[in-house]
Amino acid sequence: MKRSLLFIPANSPAMLQNADIFGADAIIFDLEDAIHPLEKDAARDLLTCYLERFALPDMELIVRINDRQTPYYIKDVERAVQLPIHTIMLPKAREEDILELSERLTALEKKRKRLAPLMIIPIIERAISLFEIEKIVAHARVSGLLLGGEDLTSDLEVERTKQGLEILFARQMVIYAAKAYRKEAIDTPFTDVGDHVGLVEDATYAKSLGMTAKSCIHPIQIDAINEVFSPSEKQITFAKRVLEAEKEAQEKGLGVFSVDGKMVDKPIIERAKQVLKRVKP
Amino acid sequence: MNMIKNSLGRLVPDDLTPFQGADQIIKKNKRILVDEVIVGGGNKPVETDMTTLFDKLNIQDGMTLSFHHHLRNGDGVLNMVLAEIKKRKLKNLTLAPSAIFPVHEPMVSLIKNGAITNIITNYINGPVALAIELGYLKGMLIMDTHGGRSRAIESGELNIDVAFIATPACDRYGHGNGIEGPSQCGTLGYAIPDLMYAKQKVLITDHLVDRVKKIDLDGRYVHMICHVPSIGDSQGIQSGTTKPTRDPIQLRIAKNTAQLIHELGYIKKGFRFQTGAGGTSLAVAEDIKHIMKDKKIMGAFASGGITNFLVKMHEEGLFEKLYDVQCFDLEAIKSYGRNKNHIMMSASEYGNPYAKPIVNDLDVVVLGATEIDLEFNVNVTTDSFGHIIGGSGGHADTAYGAKLTVITTNLMKSRLSMIKEHVTTITTPGETVDVLVTERGIAINPRRQDLIDKLKHSKLPIMPIEDLLHIAYDFTGIPKPTTRDGRIIGYVRYRDGSIIDSLYQIKGV
Amino acid sequence: MILSYASAGTLSSNDCFITVEHAEQLEITIESIVLDAFGDQIEQVIRGVLKQLKIKKLKVLVQDKGALDYTIKARLITALHRLEKKA
Repeated sequence: MKRSLLFIPANSPAMLQNADIFGADAIIFDLEDAIHPLEKDAARDLLTCYLERFALPDMELIVRINDRQTPYYIKDVERAVQLPIHTIMLPKAREEDILELSERLTALEKKRKRLAPLMIIPIIERAISLFEIEKIVAHARVSGLLLGGEDLTSDLEVERTKQGLEILFARQMVIYAAKAYRKEAIDTPFTDVGDHVGLVEDATYAKSLGMTAKSCIHPIQIDAINEVFSPSEKQITFAKRVLEAEKEAQEKGLGVFSVDGKMVDKPIIERAKQVLKRVKP
Repeated sequence: MNMIKNSLGRLVPDDLTPFQGADQIIKKNKRILVDEVIVGGGNKPVETDMTTLFDKLNIQDGMTLSFHHHLRNGDGVLNMVLAEIKKRKLKNLTLAPSAIFPVHEPMVSLIKNGAITNIITNYINGPVALAIELGYLKGMLIMDTHGGRSRAIESGELNIDVAFIATPACDRYGHGNGIEGPSQCGTLGYAIPDLMYAKQKVLITDHLVDRVKKIDLDGRYVHMICHVPSIGDSQGIQSGTTKPTRDPIQLRIAKNTAQLIHELGYIKKGFRFQTGAGGTSLAVAEDIKHIMKDKKIMGAFASGGITNFLVKMHEEGLFEKLYDVQCFDLEAIKSYGRNKNHIMMSASEYGNPYAKPIVNDLDVVVLGATEIDLEFNVNVTTDSFGHIIGGSGGHADTAYGAKLTVITTNLMKSRLSMIKEHVTTITTPGETVDVLVTERGIAINPRRQDLIDKLKHSKLPIMPIEDLLHIAYDFTGIPKPTTRDGRIIGYVRYRDGSIIDSLYQIKGV
Repeated sequence: MILSYASAGTLSSNDCFITVEHAEQLEITIESIVLDAFGDQIEQVIRGVLKQLKIKKLKVLVQDKGALDYTIKARLITALHRLEKKA
């Protein structure tokens, strides 16, 4: 249950080398917008060598590949399957793009004998994608949705504002779709890096609507995002009680147990563990 | 030159006192004070050009001339004097400016032609540093600390023939200050020892008035005044402060530093604090400010070079007093002019080990480093290639005096680990340094078991310094050790007058 | 004779710029801000990659600004692929 995701340009050694110290729950290695068309190959190679050499425990590792309409897409996917990462982030995702990517991944994973299947986070940044969003989120490989506010407002031909009224519908659609399928709803970055107050307002607002995490483009924003999206006292208390009850049940040799009158099954136990993992120190 | 090893294992010239430990000499020896040189009251002669001034002062070959650095990179006075030295083809001079900046480039040709043969200073960077490290200075470069320079002057070890004192405002009695006039610079702490003990004292000013509003330089010490059109450039004078850093790595370091200081219990009523004027120092000050505001804590004082940031903290009631040895920006200058608890301290009151200095009252000081080694010795004089990039300034003084000395630095800069097995040059001895904070971990000097115990349950990433070094080497690989084989071009003089390290010529660029 | 060369990387801090060219023998030139400390190690990395790829004839110029080993390796690999594409 990640709270923060940091975009890092995959072609920048200085940024890659420091990926692990900013406190982000997830890193998105960017092969797309942050990389010049003539450097896509260099970015792939640098990321490969970096991940070969350095382990990043306790973080979800994501690669934002180039979208399906680009000449880089196929090579990106082929490389991604060989990397020790968890998730592929797909820009401008439509339903058929998810299907295509998933099939391609299945074939490549089999060919390369990759044990852990890659998950997909589609980026919702086209008006049309909002009408396909249920099919997109329902897919087995999809672990969550990212709202791409900048590109979306481009598609809508409107100005992107801090208040975000123009993306409210999209934000809510992403949230409803994600919640309906119990997947993660990840908010779009707040791009004014100098405005700390604005960032906290934006993140708090997004959380109140139902977003479970927020992406960002500058490490200075991570602490604030982690704080906003950390579990509440109530959630933490409940999680602690779940794990205590589990321990008790195990000691008593009971297979099944309940907390607050509700039966606790494996997903709830897992969720409790995730919640406690994300508790701020 | 014959060399001898000092207590830190560094080779130093054997005709000088080798470093024996931060306390040793001060504890054993009595304070040496030569007589103050007092001229008396009354009107002082006013000259208007350098040539007449030099005649009246009878400047000769071989003399020692001193300057303060309150005008920083906007200074015009040192260069005026250099021009006259050049004109007269003087030779074998010893220059003792308290710091040297890029604006002092004209010194380079005078070094090369032997007009200047020795330099005694506390901080140096720019073209003059380059010329010296390439070996052009025919004599020695002696690098003191701010406190050590005042000790050297009052004891006669640094014997000044003429002190050229840039004075933003003065009157006909020779009273002066730094808060009036077009070249205002704030306090004049570094000028005081020169004013009291030099054989001859000249105030160089561009703002001569009937009566100065405040007397920071006492006219009774002054021989004469030189009134010129301009003593410096106010832009260069007033822009000594940077803004708090936005670099995410530096911010992480700053946050952990403030957290560490807080966990050790230092941030409480009566807190006494000093930090620098650079980006990371200001970020630390910002985080400490939040903690103090949160807990409604009033500190006793902030000291050192004063910045607008510290002025704001003072005016918001977070520090009762400011003890100021130099002003870094216009807000600090204005504050000194209007706030009665913004107090000037002389270099001696600041850091002279024999003068019960303010540094001894400090709870916490946060300092930088170009290198630190496994013994916690710190280098702020040279970089890893032997280039002279600064100097102690108040570093060694505050590190000695403060109850807690924290060093902040990146762990690595462009494949070079900032932690070394042995620093290139020792500026501040490890026995006075307590904690190192980097973006990948915090190390506590094993001499401070009390701190280690206090932080036993801390969530901060604390580890032995050797572990931090290994983390760095894991990234960078193990560097081939470099040797320093150039000839000796100078030495680093600790605040007690002993020699803590030598300075070596570098290979040509 | 067609002169063919390719390069990859940048001269930014922590990066390196590597240029490779067809040649009659193996020739490695390294310019680095940390040459004394890491020059040998940089050369080892280059030789290691070329050995693995069984390349025995090549002219390599490394202009290094403090890159770690993985960056040197990556930039060399990219430069070699680019050189191949030019053939």
